[in-house]
Amino acid sequence: MPSASRLRRKVAIVGAAETELGVLPDRSMIQLHAEAARLALADAGLTEDDVDGIATAGTTPADISEYLHISPRWVDGTAVGGGSFLMHVGHAAAAIEAGYCDTALVTHGESGRSRVGMGPGDAGPSSIQGQFEHPFGGWGPPSMFSIPQVRHMHHYGSTEEQFAAVAVATRRWATLNPRAMMRDPISVEDVLNSRLIAWPLRLFNCCLVTDGGGALVLVSEERAHDFPKPPVWLLGRGEATAHRSITFMDDMTEWTPAKQTGASAFAMAGLGHADIRHLMLYDAFTHVPVYALEALGFVQPGEGGAYFAEMHTTPGGELPVNTNGGGLSYTHTGMYGMFAIMESVTQLRGEAGERQLPGLELSMTHAPAGMFSGTSTLILGNQ
Amino acid sequence: MAYDKPLPEPTPETQEFWDGLKRHELRIQRCLDCDRFYFFPRPFCPHAGCRSGNVRWETVSGRAKLHTYVISHRGFGGFADDVPYVIAVVELDEGPRMLTNLVEVEPTPEALPVDMPLEIVYDDVTAEVTLAKFRPARG
Repeated sequence: MPSASRLRRKVAIVGAAETELGVLPDRSMIQLHAEAARLALADAGLTEDDVDGIATAGTTPADISEYLHISPRWVDGTAVGGGSFLMHVGHAAAAIEAGYCDTALVTHGESGRSRVGMGPGDAGPSSIQGQFEHPFGGWGPPSMFSIPQVRHMHHYGSTEEQFAAVAVATRRWATLNPRAMMRDPISVEDVLNSRLIAWPLRLFNCCLVTDGGGALVLVSEERAHDFPKPPVWLLGRGEATAHRSITFMDDMTEWTPAKQTGASAFAMAGLGHADIRHLMLYDAFTHVPVYALEALGFVQPGEGGAYFAEMHTTPGGELPVNTNGGGLSYTHTGMYGMFAIMESVTQLRGEAGERQLPGLELSMTHAPAGMFSGTSTLILGNQ
Repeated sequence: MAYDKPLPEPTPETQEFWDGLKRHELRIQRCLDCDRFYFFPRPFCPHAGCRSGNVRWETVSGRAKLHTYVISHRGFGGFADDVPYVIAVVELDEGPRMLTNLVEVEPTPEALPVDMPLEIVYDDVTAEVTLAKFRPARG
């Protein structure tokens, strides 16, 4: 396990912002990165001229440097899927502590819906996925990220109704968020009656597909109080990758790498489950936060579905999860992890409006690398 | 009509697997030190604690069990006419898992109990490529 104290209160998020979200055909992917970057810098009272470190995924640090016309002295292009930005936060903190940079900018932008200025997606026909998955008609995350769920249902007796309840619970939060794309309450029956996509997934088991961006600015403890907004401290982090193709996930009933990254984050922060009363669990599909809740140890293996179905994660519940409305109802550009971090920051800043959790001091954010291929966990705090 | 679905492009490490399928043989690798099979092909044992380079290709039974699956109700390109179709992970009797399509079976949850026995079907999709698909075992 990593040292519990080395990063404690050493690095803070001092700038955080999202672009407009939704359907934005007038903006390219790279412009969404830049727009988010400039908004996050403005949030911190900074400009591009103050940035000497860049981390990004979905494009490269070189592209961001070029587009913003800056020359950072530290870069990180870790790109392992939707949770890459959580990893970037951990890497940026280490870089700041090591003196590799002073002001790190983490950017996300994606024209996931309008597909403006997006590069090619799939791996080629000689890749492992190209040889051993693509010939069988998997057509993206809805047909592939979903592959393990039936094994979970078989092994634990989890049910389609329970997974449907994840969408219902998450929508309850979205009704409180004016920026959420989908705000009308839904029922378990609505989910089960929505059209089949890739059984056991139906439409309402799937996240949205949107355009948008978000960015974060990180600095060292010494400077953390010199900005307009109160600092949000990185207290713990963990990351892991295990495979790329869903076929080669060793145990289809559990998110094995998430067990590791959750434990690492808790150990580093010196905290335990009882300390965490706000969770952001990347919800590309309704089974993903169920696997996460179990792997992170908030419930016993196999009990995640029932926990959501009992509505413990909803407004007024004992463990609020995905308080922005999640990828299911708020926004999902393709690599949603940035927005999960953003909601943790928003809640810890006390800026969450009607959905604000009173007196919140800690938040845990968790996101996948790819499709169950790995994970990253962050624990953030405002004290 | 020309085959219009994605085709694999073998690498030097995987060529024997694809050549075997073309001969209607399922060829996977086995570690001679820890005695276990593995898949996907690579010239070293991936098992923790072993990692040996002492491996060889073997022809295996083609028998498997249904590990998990989805029934895709959307399909793109050449798959558009196939919906609904089953994308499954099967566990070979020798241990390794692979992704495949299930054929000769109703694409419904009722017809597809987890762990049902399966057997390989060699699907010669082009003159060059044979894909390993699976159907309910016949005995």
